[in-house]
Amino acid sequence: MSERALEVEGLVVTFPGETGRTPVVDHLDLVLDAGETLALVGESGCGKSMTALSLLRLVPKPGRIEEGRIRIEGQDVLSLPIADLRSLRGRRAAMIFQEPMTSLNPVHTVGAQVVEAIRLHERVSAGEARRRAGELFARVGIPDPGARLDAYPHQLSGGMKQRVMIAIALAAKPRLLIADEPTTALDVTIQAQILDLLRDLRRDSGMALLLITHDLGIVNEVADRVAVMYAGQLVEQGSREAVLGKPRHPYTQGLLRSIPARAARGARLTEIRGSVPSASAWPTGCRFHPRCPIAFEPCPRIDPGWTELGGGQRARCHAIAREFSA
Amino acid sequence: MSAAVSRPGVAEAPLLRVEGLRTWFPVRAGVLQRPVAWVRAVDDVSFQVEAGQTLALVGESGCGKTTVGRSLLRLVEPQAGQVWFEGADLLALPRAALRPLRRRIQIVFQDPMASLDPRMRVRDLVAEGMQVHGIGASDAERTERVAALLQRVQIEPRQMWRYPHEFSGGQRQRICIARALALEPRLLICDEATSALDVSIQSQVLNLLRDLQQELGLAYLFITHDLGVVRYLADRVAVMYLGQIVEEGETEALFRAPQHPYTQALLAAVPSLDPARQAARAVVRGDVPSPSAPPPGCRFHTRCPYVFARCRSEAPPAYATPTGASRCFLLDPAEAMRPRDGSRT
Repeated sequence: MSERALEVEGLVVTFPGETGRTPVVDHLDLVLDAGETLALVGESGCGKSMTALSLLRLVPKPGRIEEGRIRIEGQDVLSLPIADLRSLRGRRAAMIFQEPMTSLNPVHTVGAQVVEAIRLHERVSAGEARRRAGELFARVGIPDPGARLDAYPHQLSGGMKQRVMIAIALAAKPRLLIADEPTTALDVTIQAQILDLLRDLRRDSGMALLLITHDLGIVNEVADRVAVMYAGQLVEQGSREAVLGKPRHPYTQGLLRSIPARAARGARLTEIRGSVPSASAWPTGCRFHPRCPIAFEPCPRIDPGWTELGGGQRARCHAIAREFSA
Repeated sequence: MSAAVSRPGVAEAPLLRVEGLRTWFPVRAGVLQRPVAWVRAVDDVSFQVEAGQTLALVGESGCGKTTVGRSLLRLVEPQAGQVWFEGADLLALPRAALRPLRRRIQIVFQDPMASLDPRMRVRDLVAEGMQVHGIGASDAERTERVAALLQRVQIEPRQMWRYPHEFSGGQRQRICIARALALEPRLLICDEATSALDVSIQSQVLNLLRDLQQELGLAYLFITHDLGVVRYLADRVAVMYLGQIVEEGETEALFRAPQHPYTQALLAAVPSLDPARQAARAVVRGDVPSPSAPPPGCRFHTRCPYVFARCRSEAPPAYATPTGASRCFLLDPAEAMRPRDGSRT
């Protein structure tokens, strides 16, 4: 049995809405083992980024973690005093975001920012920290790392800035890396370089990776397991091969069928009718039922709950539950 | 690419023919704001779009694909080249004479919220262009046409009295398409028109574009970075790198056997969706050089895995490929004879 890097139970995150506080993440459970990569996928507004932010207690106000339990390497994140939270962030778990430019300080050199991250977590001399920063730059594939330490963020390309962010995230050797759409702002040839890097890091360091993305192609490239999120809830979970190869939930199936790269040229794409509901108007029962092609009698009334499908795959769907109980 | 490459089976003149298009932007400095350098956004670009067909213009950010689209409509002024459309060179016409032709080329942008005036009702947004171009005899007639257009893009006609913010992203993009269709264009330029949409919504818009092409015989110039979308809907593809088209050809042939090393790298980098394979590979290293100082010789030579001496000094012309053309010395019959120096950067 391998070590648990992350355990989330019954997480609820709310924002104030017109009729009181509205859950944007609603009773979410996740587990992630050391050395494993879990992809959390979904479309905009499904709550995947809010889930990621809540793991390090970074939910922006007026958002609030309402209930649930989060453990990172066994440590209870939600009951941690603020002082201990700082050592948790960075040392146990670190996070990288879609927009590296908004996360880097424009008035300091990137080297100074990596050195700061190293010395925040470890008592080392400035010279030693700089030497290690150079090593980290080399590790994340920044060419001519010694010279790049003295560059300012605006002097670097988007791909290079994302590498710097990864170097900063790795500075305190975290056991869990949370990456929220890390390649979405990058061109495809640069994205491929970053995906290569993430795969190498996981292989070499045994770090757990939680990857938040909307792109199922990226999921296929790096994930071991996949969790599909819709309207604040998980709707399907399983291995990469199961979820992408044999998706069971109608939403996962619809997502995969609507990708043009998988369709025959000129053939009609499968549409998911309607649009993604907003948090203030999550549908009752199964939240996917107004868009579901196979919705039937119980779907608008009753939350389907999970049906176990074997091999770790499970789906939240009445049609599947009926099929499996029959 | 080169107009000299003949295409069997296409006898008629193309709907749009672009020759030697050049759009450079000045980088100004000093008190006098003199140009000190030029960003070569589009540098000697030629291509054509056949009536009722789709040409995809693909490339990564900064390659100049968006500037090409804007140059055709003279939303930015090109310095050189010809843009032949319905018998006229759009770049040679005085601005006043441009208007009736502009109606026949419409453009849909990535961000529908930025294209739709938030203070106008959908009815007026769609009817605005009709009024400008004198389509429809009366307001009542135009309202009727707006209703039909909204119906066509799958928006309830009774919603025409609402404002843009009352619609979802996918619906707004369909309103932009209705607005473009109101002027009965023959060519629709789609500049990353589906890139901001979630995949379940993107498929709705792509299906709509496909249906409209079949019904109305519309031609599309589809500007995008999304190669999955390209393979799905384009008849032909032109790949841009640093202001130039490096390869052009039929979609299936180009995806099956890309001829230019940049096209090969681009296709290899696309994440696979086949759970049996994790196939995306970073073939090229480093970043795209600045378009204000493109490398001499072949512009791709600083990142090319096959670079040899000639690539660094001489700009490759367009060589014919089975279905189009490619700017790479590897396709020069003379190079096939000569041993390489095999050096890499």
